[in-house]
Amino acid sequence: MIDVSTQRSGAEILVESLVAKGVEFVFGYPGGAVLPIYDALFGDERIRHILVRHEAGAAHAAEGYARATGKPGVVLVTSGPGATNAVTGIADAFMDSIPMVVITGQVPTGLIGTDAFQEADTVGITRHCTKHNYLVKDANELATIVDEAFHIATAGRPGPVVIDIPKDVQIATARWTGQVNQRRTRYAPQTVAPADDIARAVALIAAAEAPIFYTGGGIINAGPEASRRLRDLQRLTGAPVTSTLMGLGAFPAGDPAWLGMLGMHGTYEANMAMNKADLIIALGARFDDRVTGRLDAFSPNSLKIHVDIDRASINKTVRVDLPIVGDCAVVLDQMIEAWLAAGHSAADLTDWNARIDGWRARKSLAYPDRGNEIMPQKAIERLYDLTRAHDPVISTEVGQHQMWAAQYFHFHSPNKWLTSGGLGTMGYGLPAAIGAQAGLPDRLVIDIAGDASIQMNIQELGTATQYRLPVKVFVLNNEWMGMVRQWQELTYESRYSNSYSDSLPDFVKLAEAYGWKGIRITTMDELDAGIQAMIDHPGPVFVDCLVVKEANCYPMIPSGAAHTDMILYGDDVAGTMDDAAKALV
Amino acid sequence: MNTQTIEPQAPETQERHVLTITVDNEAGILAKIAGLFTARGYNIDSLTVADITDNHEVSRITIVTHGPPSIIDQIRAQLERLVPVHKVVDLTEIGPYVERELALVKVAGTGNTRVEALRMADIFRAKVVDTTTSSFVFELTGSPDKIDSFVALMKELGLVEVGRTGVVGMVRGETAA
Repeated sequence: MIDVSTQRSGAEILVESLVAKGVEFVFGYPGGAVLPIYDALFGDERIRHILVRHEAGAAHAAEGYARATGKPGVVLVTSGPGATNAVTGIADAFMDSIPMVVITGQVPTGLIGTDAFQEADTVGITRHCTKHNYLVKDANELATIVDEAFHIATAGRPGPVVIDIPKDVQIATARWTGQVNQRRTRYAPQTVAPADDIARAVALIAAAEAPIFYTGGGIINAGPEASRRLRDLQRLTGAPVTSTLMGLGAFPAGDPAWLGMLGMHGTYEANMAMNKADLIIALGARFDDRVTGRLDAFSPNSLKIHVDIDRASINKTVRVDLPIVGDCAVVLDQMIEAWLAAGHSAADLTDWNARIDGWRARKSLAYPDRGNEIMPQKAIERLYDLTRAHDPVISTEVGQHQMWAAQYFHFHSPNKWLTSGGLGTMGYGLPAAIGAQAGLPDRLVIDIAGDASIQMNIQELGTATQYRLPVKVFVLNNEWMGMVRQWQELTYESRYSNSYSDSLPDFVKLAEAYGWKGIRITTMDELDAGIQAMIDHPGPVFVDCLVVKEANCYPMIPSGAAHTDMILYGDDVAGTMDDAAKALV
Repeated sequence: MNTQTIEPQAPETQERHVLTITVDNEAGILAKIAGLFTARGYNIDSLTVADITDNHEVSRITIVTHGPPSIIDQIRAQLERLVPVHKVVDLTEIGPYVERELALVKVAGTGNTRVEALRMADIFRAKVVDTTTSSFVFELTGSPDKIDSFVALMKELGLVEVGRTGVVGMVRGETAA
């Protein structure tokens, strides 16, 4: 063996360590405190650096890349404002369990704590919105820390890890052998569930008369195998399936057992089935307030099994009867094995399915026709129909368009749906689409956006242009912050305080200024042709689709209401809530 | 829109729990643990920390908290998922255990009150660790209740200042918890 050990700078060791971890892309923005790292990246063909236009875009692009490819996203930003600008994306990844490693430059060790130029306490600021973070004090520790950071970001419940590297540590030399020292951390989350819990779970499923699978983002995070296992277990048991916003795509939307999304803007059948079920099998979902509605009225008569890799997610808001800590893919596998071994067969769910059909018959996603005006729901339906052959990746911003996309765009496989569920970050969608497109260059990637959200990170149009990423942006333009306007209509007697999108830019001209193709769609008879032109254009396309301005997003469970108190389109709902109800979010 | 009135659920009873947390002795670990409590609205009645190994790599934190049982369970789960946390033991849950706190109590006075303070200190097995002709500093170890009682008595006898360490605890018997 040749001894390959050499002295290398901290910056070079960082780059070598990233290569060793299989990193293909780094989303970043240079600055004073990361110049040594940028110099080490210069001319390196092994890692492609995507230069964003704002550090928030870097973090969201890394999230989109991670969600679409299943690999951890990597961010590189400078100290101070570089790091603080990335914090929203870090917090977003923390809430939505996205594996991400964020490398931040820091002022030299000797200047830390002196209020130096572009100094911020990055580890302090990110302490509570990262899974873990590091301040590297010695270049000799760098390789081990990078290795550990990737392990922590991806193992167990995934999340963001920050590595803060002072400039002098980037310059200092250390021994690089190509081998990583033993990890120091003992971080090893439980993935396999105890066999007797599994046996109890399958016995409960076999005995249930009204069971329902309630699945979440954990299935997506557990990898494509978990989605396959979910389909297998569903087939064995016959139980219907609903999903959270984050879990869409884990179960195919075309399946007869699919109930649609549940929660605040979920379908009537999904929410009623949750309310009336006698057994809920929660898989990688966390009983979030958007899902449960009013807690004391949440599924009052059901037994609840909760499978989650994060023990802290179990019994946090809803007490469950059978907690199972483990990885969804592994636990589903165990359940299928136990089901077969016990000789269970699917229970007769005829009555349960008949009740569900009754709820389906309410057609909760129906909306009025407006002739040649484009209802936003219709725009999403047409977008879905015309693009489905391409099996596209969809990202969204946050607001009405996001909910309409979740309701009317149907997902059949995992990792096709990128959205900010937990933190609800406007401005997520465009950079996320760019990150996804970088990872999946041949895939059709569309950011379904609103006229307000798209402006939050619109500078990233330039990033797509620079790297020839053919992302599509499809704006449902109603000239409002639509979800804010809807809440003001429903709860503040239509006092539309600061929710009108005044002084909107001409999006088509703006897109063209960035070198994109711009398309405006104004009426129904232009809709299909406009969407088709978007699909057919090989480069990035910005579609400004003018939709009915006052359309609302229904069905809706008002904040703090029970699953059984849904508002559907056509219900008379204007009014003012009392203060207790207004205080809910 | 319907207006909703939320029926308050019957509050769970509050319980006092003593937790010991073994952690990597890394920079910021105390901020991480304390910050978790503030961010999620948990209570800290007392918190003590010191490293417990020769190589200074591992620290033991003792936290006294109170809350309903469901919150105590959440606190433990939230602590356990932090990467630098090795182990969380709820001494109150596993019991029986001993808990001790150390206090320094300064009392100033002359004549009878001074004599009485010294007599009380003797009853409580407090040690005199500093004295002048008109003051004592007592060192007292015991359960928080015992220290509370002693401090209450000293209030009538010229109490000047109290310093307390907060609780450390350990499970009884021959094995570690």
